[in-house]
Amino acid sequence: MKIGLDVGSTTIKCVVLDSSDQIIYSTYERHFSHILEKSEELLRRAAEQYVPDGKAALAISGSAGMGMAEGIGIPFVQEVFATRVAANKLAPGTDVIIELGGEDAKILFLTGGMEVRMNGSCAGGTGAFIDQMATLLKMTADEMDEAARTAEKTYTIASRCGVFAKSDVQPLINQGAKAQDIAASIYQAVVNQTIAGLAQGRPIKGNVLYLGGPLTFSHCLRESFDKTLDVTGTCPENSLLFVALGAAFYSDQVFDLKDIANRLQTRGASETYRSQPPLFRSHEEYGAFQARHARAKVARAPFGPDYAAPVHIGIDSGSTTVKVAVIDQEARLLFTDYRPNLGNPVPLIQGVLQRLYEEHPALQVISVTTTGYGEDLAKNAFHADYGVVETVAHFTAARHFLPNVDFIIDIGGQDMKCFKIEDGAISNIFLNEACSSGCGSFLQTFAQALGHDVKEFAKLGLFAERPVDLGSRCTVFMNSSVKQAQKDGASIENISAGLSISVVKNAIYKVIRAASPEELGRSIVVQGGTFYNEAVLRAFEKEMGVDVIRPDIAGLMGAFGAALYGRSKAVPGHVSTLLGREALANFSQATESRVCGLCGNNCQLTVNTFADGETFISGNRCDRPVTGRADTGERNLYAYKRKLILGYKPLPGRRGKIGIPLCLNMWELLPFWHAFFTKLGFAVYHSPLSSRDLYLKGQATIPSDTACFPAKLAHGHIQFLSKLGLDAIFYPCMTYNIDEGLGDNHYNCPVVAYYPEVIAGNCPEIKQVKFIYDYVGLHRPKDFTKKIHAILRQHFPDISKSEIREAADAAYAEYAHHMSQVRREGARIMEQARAEGRRIIVLAGRPYHVDPEINHGIDTLITRFGAAVITEDSVSNRVDKFPTTVLNQWTYHSRLYAAAKYCCENRDCDMVQLVSFGCGVDAITTDETQTILQAGGKLYTELKIDEITNLGAVRIRLRSLFAALDEAAFSREET
Amino acid sequence: MEALNYPKFTPEMKKTHKILIPNMAPVQFRILEAVMEQAGYTCELLENCGSQVSELGLKYVHNDTCYPALLVIGQFLDALSSGKYDLDHTALIITQTGGGCRASNYIHLLRKALVKAGYPQVPVVSLNFSGLEKDSGFPMTLPFLHKLLAVVYYGDLLVALKAQTEPYELEKGAAKALQDKWLNTICGWVREDRGYSQREMKAAMPEIAKEFAAVPVHRLPKVKVGVVGEIYVKYSPLGNNDLERFLASQNCEVNLPGLMGFLQYCIYNLSETARLYGGSFLEKHASDLILKYVEGMERVLIKTLKDYGYHAPLPFRELIKLTEGIIGVGDKMGEGWLLTAEMVELVRAGYENIVCAQPFGCLPNHICGKGMINKIRELYPQANITPIDYDPSATRVNQENRIKLMLAVARERLAERAAELPELPRRTASAGEYSAPERLRNRARAMV
Repeated sequence: MKIGLDVGSTTIKCVVLDSSDQIIYSTYERHFSHILEKSEELLRRAAEQYVPDGKAALAISGSAGMGMAEGIGIPFVQEVFATRVAANKLAPGTDVIIELGGEDAKILFLTGGMEVRMNGSCAGGTGAFIDQMATLLKMTADEMDEAARTAEKTYTIASRCGVFAKSDVQPLINQGAKAQDIAASIYQAVVNQTIAGLAQGRPIKGNVLYLGGPLTFSHCLRESFDKTLDVTGTCPENSLLFVALGAAFYSDQVFDLKDIANRLQTRGASETYRSQPPLFRSHEEYGAFQARHARAKVARAPFGPDYAAPVHIGIDSGSTTVKVAVIDQEARLLFTDYRPNLGNPVPLIQGVLQRLYEEHPALQVISVTTTGYGEDLAKNAFHADYGVVETVAHFTAARHFLPNVDFIIDIGGQDMKCFKIEDGAISNIFLNEACSSGCGSFLQTFAQALGHDVKEFAKLGLFAERPVDLGSRCTVFMNSSVKQAQKDGASIENISAGLSISVVKNAIYKVIRAASPEELGRSIVVQGGTFYNEAVLRAFEKEMGVDVIRPDIAGLMGAFGAALYGRSKAVPGHVSTLLGREALANFSQATESRVCGLCGNNCQLTVNTFADGETFISGNRCDRPVTGRADTGERNLYAYKRKLILGYKPLPGRRGKIGIPLCLNMWELLPFWHAFFTKLGFAVYHSPLSSRDLYLKGQATIPSDTACFPAKLAHGHIQFLSKLGLDAIFYPCMTYNIDEGLGDNHYNCPVVAYYPEVIAGNCPEIKQVKFIYDYVGLHRPKDFTKKIHAILRQHFPDISKSEIREAADAAYAEYAHHMSQVRREGARIMEQARAEGRRIIVLAGRPYHVDPEINHGIDTLITRFGAAVITEDSVSNRVDKFPTTVLNQWTYHSRLYAAAKYCCENRDCDMVQLVSFGCGVDAITTDETQTILQAGGKLYTELKIDEITNLGAVRIRLRSLFAALDEAAFSREET
Repeated sequence: MEALNYPKFTPEMKKTHKILIPNMAPVQFRILEAVMEQAGYTCELLENCGSQVSELGLKYVHNDTCYPALLVIGQFLDALSSGKYDLDHTALIITQTGGGCRASNYIHLLRKALVKAGYPQVPVVSLNFSGLEKDSGFPMTLPFLHKLLAVVYYGDLLVALKAQTEPYELEKGAAKALQDKWLNTICGWVREDRGYSQREMKAAMPEIAKEFAAVPVHRLPKVKVGVVGEIYVKYSPLGNNDLERFLASQNCEVNLPGLMGFLQYCIYNLSETARLYGGSFLEKHASDLILKYVEGMERVLIKTLKDYGYHAPLPFRELIKLTEGIIGVGDKMGEGWLLTAEMVELVRAGYENIVCAQPFGCLPNHICGKGMINKIRELYPQANITPIDYDPSATRVNQENRIKLMLAVARERLAERAAELPELPRRTASAGEYSAPERLRNRARAMV
C-alpha cells in the first residue's frame, strides 16, 4: 500500500494505491487553510477504510506540505518533481507539462534536456487569480468558463501579475465591456503570463499535458493554450492528482498512519510563527475606542415623502461600489445609498435616482455632482451638473468633519488614496501603485477564501492575542505569507488581525512611506469602506501613534464630498441639468466595443449610446474619436521628438544594410548611429515604435520577468529587425553615457548599459544575423574613433580609419544637432505656452519614455488638459551643476535633478515624473527629485507605468495636480 | 536640504568614536574588525538581526530600494536605537564600490535615513577604492590595503575548508569548532600586527589545512551546491534567510566562491575600463600590477587547498577566461561578469547545482545573473541553476520550495550516476551520461 498526500495552496489531494499501483481511493478537497486538521482527517479516513493494517508507505508533497512533512518526519517530495515522476509512469511520451495550481504555475520540459520552471515570486497565483477575477465578475469559476465560450473578442489584460490584471479588468467592467469577452481575456492573460513568465524562450511543442485545477475545470483555458501554442494538449485522467500520485509512487518508507495522524494533531497544537502585539488588550480598551469614534457623526435631517426643500446630490461611482449622498442646503445628510458595483454602474445609479424621484415627488434638485472612476460616464449618462476629481471630493468631505485636517487617508475596495493638506490645498498625493492595490478587496477575497464573511472575519481579529506578522508588501506576497503562517499553526483570529495590520503597514510604509506620525500631520481623517473594519482602524491608530477621526459615513465620503462640492458651486437660482423623471424612466444604455482605427495606436474604444442618442466614448488616448480631429502635437515636445526620430530613414548604401533596435538608449542615440553608419555607406534601418504586438512577439525570450518594461520591449525590436534580411544588427553595450557635466559621473543604468548582453544570450533570432554588441564609449570622442574602428573591422574588414574618422565627426555633429533641435522646439513650446497663459509640464523620464507604448499616451493626456508638455532634457542644460544628497552618477538621472531645479526656478513650470515599474534606479531618483521640488515649494507628481494600460489612476493624479495648482494660483491672487 | 551638511568623519574621531560594522560576510568581516582595531580604531561587528532590522529599513528607506540597503541601514538603525551606544561617539562604516549600480548610493541613503530617524550627528565612513567621499573616506594606505587582502584570503580559506569538511564530519561540530579556533588565532595575530606577510601566510595556511584534513570524515557523495549572487545576499545569513544552513540541513555540500574574487574583479575592472574606452598607459596597466601582487597570496591559498585534497578555486586569470563566448568583461556593474564566470566555474568544478541569489529587482543581475542562465545551460547542459529573489516580504517557504526543486533534480542525477554501477539495481535506473565514481554506490542506496 502506498499513500501520496499533496497539500497545495488551496486544496489537498490524497491517493491510496494498492500493491500494483492502482488507485483504490482518491480525494480532492479545498482545505480552507486548515492544513494540519485536514491532513490528519484524510489520513485517518484512508487508514480506517482502505488500509487494513494501518501501515502504508507515505510521502507528502505540495507547496504547503513542506514544513509540515519535516515537522512530523515524513519524506517530502518537491511537487514539480512528483509531477514528473507521475508523468513518466502514467503518460509516457509527454514532452511538456503545463500545470497550474492555486498559486503556482509550472512548466516541465521532459524531453530534449529536462527542465522545470516555476513562476517567480512576483507573478501571482493563477488558480487564485482566476477565482479572484471570477469574484470580480460576480461569477463562479464554472460560469466564467461558460461565459468565455461565447466571447467575440479579447481585451489586453496585463499578463504579469494578478494584481495588475485586476486593475485592467476593473475599468473594463466599469466601462461596460461584455462579461463574456472579459472572461475570455482573463484566460488569455493567464496563458500569456504562463508563456512569458515560464517558457522564457524555450518553445513548447510536441505532446503537451495539462494538469491542475484550472486546466482541468476550464475548457476555455485549455483552448486558449492550444490556440496560442498551436498544439493539441491533453488533460489526462486524474489530472488533479498527479502530484499526489507522484508522491505515492516515490514513497518507500512505511509508516503507521494512526501514529502520523497523532503527530499531526500534536503539531496543530503548537504554534511557531512570528507575532506582534494584540490590537486590544482588554474589553475596556475596546469600549473606550468605540466611544471615541462614535462621536464623529454627520448632521442628518429627516427626508420624508413630502420633502420639498432644495437638495444636492453627490454620486461616487467607484471601482467596486456605487455611492450616492443627498444633502440639504445646510449640508445635512438626507439620504445615502451604497451598493456593490455589479459590473456596470449606470443601471444602479439610474435605479437610485428613480427611487429618489418616486419616493419624493416634490424633490427639487439643485445640483448633481459625480466623482470616482465612473465620473465621466455617470456625468454624461445622466446629465449631471459637475464632475469633480475624487481627491478633491474626499478633501471637501474631510474638511467638513475637521476644518483643520492636514492628512487624509482613504482605503477603499480597490485603491488607496492619501493626501497631505497644506494651506487649505492638497499639497501631496499618494495613490497606491498597481502593485499594491486591492487593499480592501483583498481582505474580502481572503475572508471568502477562508470561508468567512468579511465583517465577521475582521471582528475575529479584534481580540486575537498574537496577530501574525505578515509582510508589508504587495498582496500577492501576502498570500504566501498567510500560507506560511497557516502552516505554522496560526489561528484564524490571529491571521485576521495580521491581515488588518498588514493593510495598514502597506499604506503607511509602502504608499505614504512615512517615518513618523508627526510627518503626516496631527489632524488625520481616515475614510473609505475599509475603515469600518475596526481592526484596520485600530491598527492604523496604533501604528501611527495618534488618535484619528473616522466619520460615521467613512465609506460615503466621496459622494458626500461631491454633494458638498455641488452645493458650493451652484449659484443661487441654479437648477440641475439632471435628466427629468420621464427621461430617466425611458433611459437606456447600449454598449459597443470597437477599435478606433483612426491612427496607429488602435485604441480599444468602448462606446456607450444613451436613449437620447448621445454617446460617451472611453478607452481613447486622444480626442480624435470624439472630435474627429487629429492632435497637432504643437504643445507636445514628446510628439516632436517622436517625429524627429522617425524621420531617420535608410538611404541606399554600398556596404549593405544595418539595423538598430529603437529601444532604451537608442531613443536618443539613433541620430548618432544613423549618421555614423550612413556615412560609412550602410543603409540604416531601425525598428518601429513599440506596440503590443511587437512586445508579444518578443516576450518569449525574456529571461528576467522583473526587469523594467522598456528593457523587455527590446526583445520585440530585435525580433522585428531579424525579419528584415539585414547584414547586421548593431546594439552596443555602453557602460558610460555622454558626459553632460551635470553630475559626478555619467553612467548608464546597468540595464541600459548591458541589455545587449541579454539579447545575445537569449534571443535565437540573432543567430541568423551578425549581431554587433561590443562595448563602446561615446564619452571620449578620440578614443571612440580608434575603438570603433577595431570593432567594425572584424566584421567589415575594408573599413578604413579615415572613413571612420569622417563618420564619427558626422555622428557627433548629428547628435548635437538633434539635441539642439529638441531644445529649440522646447523653448518655442514654452514661449507659446507663456503667451497663451498655459501651464508647462516637464514630463520627466528617460529618452525611451517617448515611446507611446511605454508612456501610454500620458503626454497627449496632459495636453488634453490644456497644458504644454516638454521633456527633461530640453531644460536640463539651462541649469548649472549643483550638489545633491545622493550620488549623482547617471547621465539620464542627472537631467531629472536639473529639470526639477529648473521647475523650482520657474513659477509656470511643474514636473511630473514618469517611473517605469521595476526601475531600481528610480527608487533613488524619485526621492531626490521630490526633495529638490519640495525645497523649491513645488508639488511632486510621480506616475508609475508598466505594461499596464489603465490610465484611470494617472488621470486622477493629473487632475488632482491641476486642481491643486489652480487652488494655489487662486490663493496667490487673493493675497 | 540639511542632508547636505552631514557630519564628516574627522581624523580625531579615530580616538573618540566607536565604529559599527555591518555584518556582510561573517567570517571575513570578523578578521577585518581585528585589522581595524589593530590600526587604532574602536569598532564592533554588528550581530543584531531579527524582524525589526528589516522593519526599520522599510521605515526609513524607499521600499523599492534593494533589499541589502534596507537590511544594512536597518541593522545600523536597530543598533543605534538599542541604547547600547553613546550616540555622540559612534560612527558607521559602509563599503562603496563607486560603480554604476545603485549600491554606490547606499551611503547617501544611510545618511538620509540617519537624519530622518533622528541621528543626524552620527558620521558615516566610506570604505572604497575609488576615491569617493574624500572627506569621510577611510584612509587607504598601502600597508593597510595589504592587510586587508591578506585577511580576506585567510577568511576565504577558512570558509572553504569548513564548507568542504562539515558535511562529512563524523563528529558534529568539529569543523565549526576548528574554524572558530583558527578565526581566534588569526584575529590574535592581526592584533599583534603579524601574520600577513606572504612568508607567514605560506607557513600558516598549510598548517590550518592540515588540521582540517585531520578531522575524521566519511565522504559519502552529497549533492554539491554552489551559491553565487549579489554580494550581500550571497554571503549574509540575514540577507539570504540563512541559506547556507538551509542547504546544509538538506544534506548538501555548499560552495560559496570567495570574497577575494570580488576584490580582484574590482581591481581588474579599473584597467579593463581604460582598455575598452581609452585611458592613460598607467590606467591601462595599474590593475595588472596590483593583480600580480595579489597573485602571490592567491597561489598560496590554491596550493594549500590542493595539497590537502580540497577543491580549490581557479586562479583569477583563469576565471576571466571563462566568460569567453558568454558575457563581455566590460559588464562591470554590481557583480557583473564575475557572477557569470563564477557560475561557469562552479558548473565545471562539479558544483553544477547553483543558487543564484539576488535582491528582488536587482538591476545588474537581470543581465549577469538571470540573463546568462540560458546561455550557460546551452554550453553546459548539466547546469542546474535556480535564481532566487530575496525581499523583505518574500517568504522563506517560497524560496525553499524553489531550492528544493533544484535539489530534487540534483539528487536524482547523483543517484543516476551512482546507479551506473552494475551491481546496484535501482527502481528507475536509466543510463546516465556521467562517469560513475566508485564512492557514489553508497549514496545510491541511501537515495530514494
